[in-house]
Amino acid sequence: MASLFPAGSPRLPDFRNLGTWLRVLLAVNAMALVAVLVRARGWAGVPAEFAQLAAVVEPATLGGLLLLGAIRARLAAMSPAPAAAVVVAVAALAGMAFAALLAPLSPAQSQPWWHAGFWAALAACILLAWFDLAARAHAPAVTEARLMALTARIRPHFLFNSLNAVLGVMRADPRRAEQALEELAELFRVLMQDNRELVPLSAEIALARQYLDLERLRLGDRLQVRWAIDTCPPDALVPPLMLQPLIENAVYHGIEPLAGAGEVTIALARRQGRVLIEIANPVLEAGGGDHHAGNRMALANIRERLLLFFDLEATLATDSADGRYRVRIELPYRPGAPS
Amino acid sequence: MTALRLLIVDDEAPARSRLRNLLDDIAGELPTAVAVEAADGIEALEKAGDVAIDVALVDIRMPRMDGIELARHLSARDPAPAVIFVTAYDQYAVKAFELSAVDYLLKPVKATRLADALRKVRHAPSPVAAVQAAAEAVQPGGRRQLRSSERGKVLLVPAADVLYFKAELKYVTARTREREFLLEESLAQLESEFAARFLRIHRNCLVARDAIAGFEHDHEAPNEPESAEPRWALILRGVAERLPVSRRQWPQVKAILNQ
Repeated sequence: MASLFPAGSPRLPDFRNLGTWLRVLLAVNAMALVAVLVRARGWAGVPAEFAQLAAVVEPATLGGLLLLGAIRARLAAMSPAPAAAVVVAVAALAGMAFAALLAPLSPAQSQPWWHAGFWAALAACILLAWFDLAARAHAPAVTEARLMALTARIRPHFLFNSLNAVLGVMRADPRRAEQALEELAELFRVLMQDNRELVPLSAEIALARQYLDLERLRLGDRLQVRWAIDTCPPDALVPPLMLQPLIENAVYHGIEPLAGAGEVTIALARRQGRVLIEIANPVLEAGGGDHHAGNRMALANIRERLLLFFDLEATLATDSADGRYRVRIELPYRPGAPS
Repeated sequence: MTALRLLIVDDEAPARSRLRNLLDDIAGELPTAVAVEAADGIEALEKAGDVAIDVALVDIRMPRMDGIELARHLSARDPAPAVIFVTAYDQYAVKAFELSAVDYLLKPVKATRLADALRKVRHAPSPVAAVQAAAEAVQPGGRRQLRSSERGKVLLVPAADVLYFKAELKYVTARTREREFLLEESLAQLESEFAARFLRIHRNCLVARDAIAGFEHDHEAPNEPESAEPRWALILRGVAERLPVSRRQWPQVKAILNQ
């Protein structure tokens, strides 16, 4: 899952972006100017020396950028550290190639063959570090946008079936229908609110209960639920809308395809500094293929949100044994302010 | 106007009562009678038995046997009832229904849409072939289960368990590892439905490709002149019988076995 969350690894700039090229060219010229100034014995020689250096540095930089632009897709497919190494190597090669190519034009200078490569590689390192820093500075905004996009969505299947069920009981049991619509409204209020802050586990439990009540309207006694939450800290902070989508998965894949009744178990506990969450549902032996695609998407969503909120301190694991499918989540116990 | 005889199949009780409410509402202009109500495909087949049905309102997602599979079984009935699928949200299936011009309703079901759909099937029901095509698009590979009747009871045989189909006089038998089942359908129909998994080896026999273990000389073939080419028989996994391959089918069977 590391690729989902590249914290701690360098971010490469987009080598086909004009902005990247402009920044690189400016920075390289600035570095060349500094080098000339450091070497110069007087102001008089500076323009000529700079021009001479730029004549090598400019084409080398452009050549390197062209090459990087061409292999951009491959770089993106690599993990960040080797990709950065490739970028540095390309810069060094371009530096050496152009220095060798243009050497006959300035016979006065005789430097060892690795000289240009070394400086080009150093410049590439500095630039990569700078791009990485710039990317990090923007990261909170990116994270926030990702959290917004990841906010769990309810299955349309559930919404339309629930509405149909409400209409189905409307005439026979108007009170039950009223209650169901109230629950549906509350569920959607939570779904539509700003879900970028951690919420106390107790709020998640209340939401899950409401959701299960709605499902019971449709499924009746087929849906059995067992809660094991005696040792659960109600004030533990968790990502919003974490429990409900997992239980929805359990109902959709574990209960609905079952001919008879089935049990969903929800266990929440605290062990030292960790909060443990386990949701289990029955598995059909002849599990269809469609089962897993939707399930995996919901799990990937929750996994990514756990990473955004808790970095590597939270884990999500699934397993299937003895006819039951289990999702286990572990996250650090962070008590919220008592409300 | 005679009342349409309906089959309602949905695993959720409130969804069934919703349909009944709506049918009551539109009874004035479109009289209907619910002949059978069931909670899944298997129950529907059991209860429907010999009951006459004009229209089946079939939910898609159900336990045990879903609506697509049920529609396949219903379209094998004679006369086949018109099928109207009902679904809450299944974009893929809805697209298939649109493409095959098969009738469907979306949940929550509206009275006017229900009346329109029933009126339409009364005058011009979707042809059975369209329903089968839509079913194949949603769930490729034919039925999951085959229906066999035995002393008035309905038995369901998983299609995946069938080693071969054999036509004998009036009936077709399906052979599984354990036993044989009598089916009331033609070999030609089975061949077209299960073309991907079964291979015709004889005028009267279809064999599951993955059940074939090998082949040998057919010792039971009638005596023939020495010059004639040898006859072959297939060896199957799980059963001792050998199945003779007809001379006409042998080249094709051999080509597939050599792949």
